[in-house]
Amino acid sequence: MTMAILCIAGVGLVAAVVLAIADRYLSVREDPRIGMVTAALPGANCGGCGFPGCDGYARALVAGTAPNGACAAGGEACAAEIAKILGVAAVATERRVALVKCCGTRSEAIRVGDYNGICDCNVAAATAGGDKGCTYGCLGYGACANVCPKGAISIRDGLAKVDKRLCIGCGKCVTACPKKIIELVPASATIHVLCANPDKGPQVRKVCGVGCMGCHLCEKNSGGKEANHFTFQGFLAKVNYENPPTDEQIVAKCPAKCMSVDPHFESGH
Amino acid sequence: MKTVKSSFKFKGGVHPDYNKELARDKAIERMPVPAELVVSMSQHLGAPAKCVVKAGDFVTRGQLIGEKNGFISVCVRAPADGKVKAVEKRLGPAGGKADAVILDTTAKPEGESDERRETGDGSSHVSRPSSPILPPLDWKTASREDLLKRVEEAGICGMGGAGFPTNVKLNPPPGKRCEYLVLNGAECEPYLTADYRVMLERADRIRVGVEIMRKVLGGPAVRIAIEANKPEAIAAMEKAFADIDGNVEIVVLPVLYPQGSEKHQIFATVGRVVPEPPALPIDVGCVVENVGTVAAIADAVEKGEPLLERVTTVSGDAVAEPKNVLAPSGTKYSDLIAFCGGEKVPPAKLISGGTMMGFAVSTPEIATTKTTSGLLLLSPKRVFQYSSQACINCGRCVRACPMNLNAAEIAKAVEADDVKAAEDAHVMTCIECGACSFSCPAYRPITQFCRRAKNSIRARIAAEKAKAAAAAGK
Amino acid sequence: MKPKDTAEHFILSSSPHAHAKSSVSRIMLDVMIALLPATAAGVWFFGMPAVWTIATCVSTCVVTEALCRLAMKRDNTIGDLSAVLTGLLLALNLPAGLPLWMAVVGSVFAIGVAKQAFGGLGMNPFNPALAARAFMLISFTGPMTTWLKPFWWRTPEAATTATPLATMKTWFVSEATASATPHAAPAFPGLWDMAIGNIPGCIGEVSAIALAIGAAYLLWRKVITWHIPVMFIATVFVYSLVAGGAPATAQVLTGGVMIGACFMATDYVTSPTTAKGKLVFGFGCGLLCMLIRQFGSYPEGCSFAILIMNAVCPLINRWTQPRPFGAK
Repeated sequence: MTMAILCIAGVGLVAAVVLAIADRYLSVREDPRIGMVTAALPGANCGGCGFPGCDGYARALVAGTAPNGACAAGGEACAAEIAKILGVAAVATERRVALVKCCGTRSEAIRVGDYNGICDCNVAAATAGGDKGCTYGCLGYGACANVCPKGAISIRDGLAKVDKRLCIGCGKCVTACPKKIIELVPASATIHVLCANPDKGPQVRKVCGVGCMGCHLCEKNSGGKEANHFTFQGFLAKVNYENPPTDEQIVAKCPAKCMSVDPHFESGH
Repeated sequence: MKTVKSSFKFKGGVHPDYNKELARDKAIERMPVPAELVVSMSQHLGAPAKCVVKAGDFVTRGQLIGEKNGFISVCVRAPADGKVKAVEKRLGPAGGKADAVILDTTAKPEGESDERRETGDGSSHVSRPSSPILPPLDWKTASREDLLKRVEEAGICGMGGAGFPTNVKLNPPPGKRCEYLVLNGAECEPYLTADYRVMLERADRIRVGVEIMRKVLGGPAVRIAIEANKPEAIAAMEKAFADIDGNVEIVVLPVLYPQGSEKHQIFATVGRVVPEPPALPIDVGCVVENVGTVAAIADAVEKGEPLLERVTTVSGDAVAEPKNVLAPSGTKYSDLIAFCGGEKVPPAKLISGGTMMGFAVSTPEIATTKTTSGLLLLSPKRVFQYSSQACINCGRCVRACPMNLNAAEIAKAVEADDVKAAEDAHVMTCIECGACSFSCPAYRPITQFCRRAKNSIRARIAAEKAKAAAAAGK
Repeated sequence: MKPKDTAEHFILSSSPHAHAKSSVSRIMLDVMIALLPATAAGVWFFGMPAVWTIATCVSTCVVTEALCRLAMKRDNTIGDLSAVLTGLLLALNLPAGLPLWMAVVGSVFAIGVAKQAFGGLGMNPFNPALAARAFMLISFTGPMTTWLKPFWWRTPEAATTATPLATMKTWFVSEATASATPHAAPAFPGLWDMAIGNIPGCIGEVSAIALAIGAAYLLWRKVITWHIPVMFIATVFVYSLVAGGAPATAQVLTGGVMIGACFMATDYVTSPTTAKGKLVFGFGCGLLCMLIRQFGSYPEGCSFAILIMNAVCPLINRWTQPRPFGAK
């Protein structure tokens, strides 16, 4: 009996000594603030800040090589907390969300072939240039939906749509889209032009029933050129997000029906 | 000069239905110049040519309309007289868009007489000037540099499909010597018979081309590779090369797809193995050139005729009259199909090239280029659908792969978005021949998975290079 | 309003645009055709119980797969015939007199647990029929080791018996302890009986000749390659020559080696993809089979050997990657 007690006690003593030595000589000294900042960050590890995961951003913040406020997912609340921990003021940033600039569903835009292959927009675009009549438009095979860390993008009737409530503005979908038609826009903007085809009106009409024809009516109805709410690329209207229009009437007046008020499913933040 | 059988057989390969009997006995037929030509600036591998004409300009046949843009680039010349209607982006057979000169061949400058336009072989709109476009050269006395310059000016690129600038290929970098010139007469793709007809009907041009290339490359040995299912072509080449001097052999290859692949040609004829990319055939002392390209070189030097037209096999079970058509580059597929009697039945697939490596296209408004060896119209009976079934690990793709890759593993890795695993499985060595997808009983698009991985890896390498360049620039 | 689309529509896919005439269901059908001689032999020797077992296993497997796919909200895959094949293979690996409810339980395990739980065809790490057989051996050891004699209905009072394997097991033991010669060993079936299948055993494993005919068919149809069967059988043969005990031919012709080597170990999903890997796999199966027979307490070595090699298969695949053309 005594032998057993002595043995166990001996093992315990040896283990304690080993652990003490390890703690003394093998421990990694880390700035405790890194842990605090990591806890303040949302933990999505989406990479939207440009750093490898929340831990990577935390280390960069503590080392002073990253600006506070780069975390789109955490937003202002998170930036404020980090400011408290590190004493670094937050750089004011507005929340941005992704917008797929196309409204050509399978019911509205023609397809010029039957695509048979891997369900991915990049390979579909590489196969004969894609099966959509409009070579600028969304193919709807889900490259953006696959990379979205929040599952904010869904494909309906061959068209990708972003749910504004879930989008954290990390920008992964922007990189994934082979047509480059996803743009990060201010979350506060409500009026959008959902088209990316700069071709002349009759050309657009041949391939899509809801493509922008460049008629300039949206510009006229929102105060004309001087109001500077729209810019034009070829025959494509583009909302000027630094000075966006606010009159929702112009959406109803668009003859192509390619404009939308807050197309992210439900409005509201 | 002797004919030998190949003593090397590569592992893998498949035996697709060849269906060459549809067009193999049809002599090359020249089609009349169509009313409109769509001449792309990107008919070759490398930087697209820079367009030097604009809408409204009149051009003559052979006139330079696109300057070569960089070292790996090829110039483009007008395949016929006409007026430039527009210069705009058009869809190419591989799916990309490139600038193209839209040429109206029926238009002529004011005051020009019609007489000039009636000369030639009976077809109107073709002006055949009595003087050649470029001054003819005597290859025996011309210098190596002059010959190379002529190949460059004539806008010749590899006509087998890849379109690599021929003047660059014939000019190995210092330190690399060409020991073997291999003529690629394998034509292993199903349905295609263009190279076969060129070997039968233009063997003498090929002979001249070989002499010219031998001179330019510094006297290498010559190996003419032809598959065993083309005995008439072998006979024709034997006749044309009977009295040639030097180390020249015709090598008869076993019928196996992809025997026409560059690396496998080299292995089958001289037994050398080209190392994995970025190594090239010249690194093992070999230059491989398609027989069509060789004939084009002969015409460019001796007749001063640039590369303006080529033989395209129009075949398939949905076209009324399969033919081997000699058409100017820039001919729309719809014109080719009309020349071949139109559609017999509505085709389910339109393919530019052969069935194994060709491109499925969405519209017959796409035009031919210098590398369009075939146009296939396949009826619904001859097409199949890829599926999203899981891999059953049967190993047929692994056995079929001529590059000895584990195609099943690569496909599974790409499906799971693990591009790194695909890279470790040597996916960059893949030649995209399609033997894997051909053999897969689960109808998996393995070749497409490989392409996806390769595109991802190339994009990543390009991004890293750009980042490094930006950092270095700072 | 959608513009009118009158142009011809073509199929747009990546190359290649040609395909060999092969499909998963055709391969499964080929294997079932190859198993017809062995099935016929089993029914011939064991009568109606064999028929009932086969019918039960096949139908239960198909129904289980359909229900599993429904529950998993995935597409219905019974059309690829892999469930039918698993049912047939499982039945051929069971004794004829097994109570049918046990066959049902085994079939549900084979498809539900060993196959669909991993994701379906192509995802399973273990051969489903063998995994089920192992499960049943452990759960219902008695009935699973009670075999009907061939033509049992002629002597219904002595219908069941041990297999030659059990007899051979005693040979190993007696070699070590006594000086008994093989000729003094307990009654053992003759070579002809073992070849044709006139021995007790599982429904499909008894007739070596029927199985060999089936294997030849599969080799001709290029469904299997020679590597695994030849290596497996050769290893068993050589091992028993070297180790002594029962004659090597007996070791090969009984105990499920023939069906294991030709039909179970060659299952695509659970065996290596390269020729080198297949050789290693076949050798491993043969070696393990004999080791279990000699040193293990079950008279059965084949199923466990194959299952263990199935587990090692991914490692074998990793070690036997083909060398790319042009790689150093």
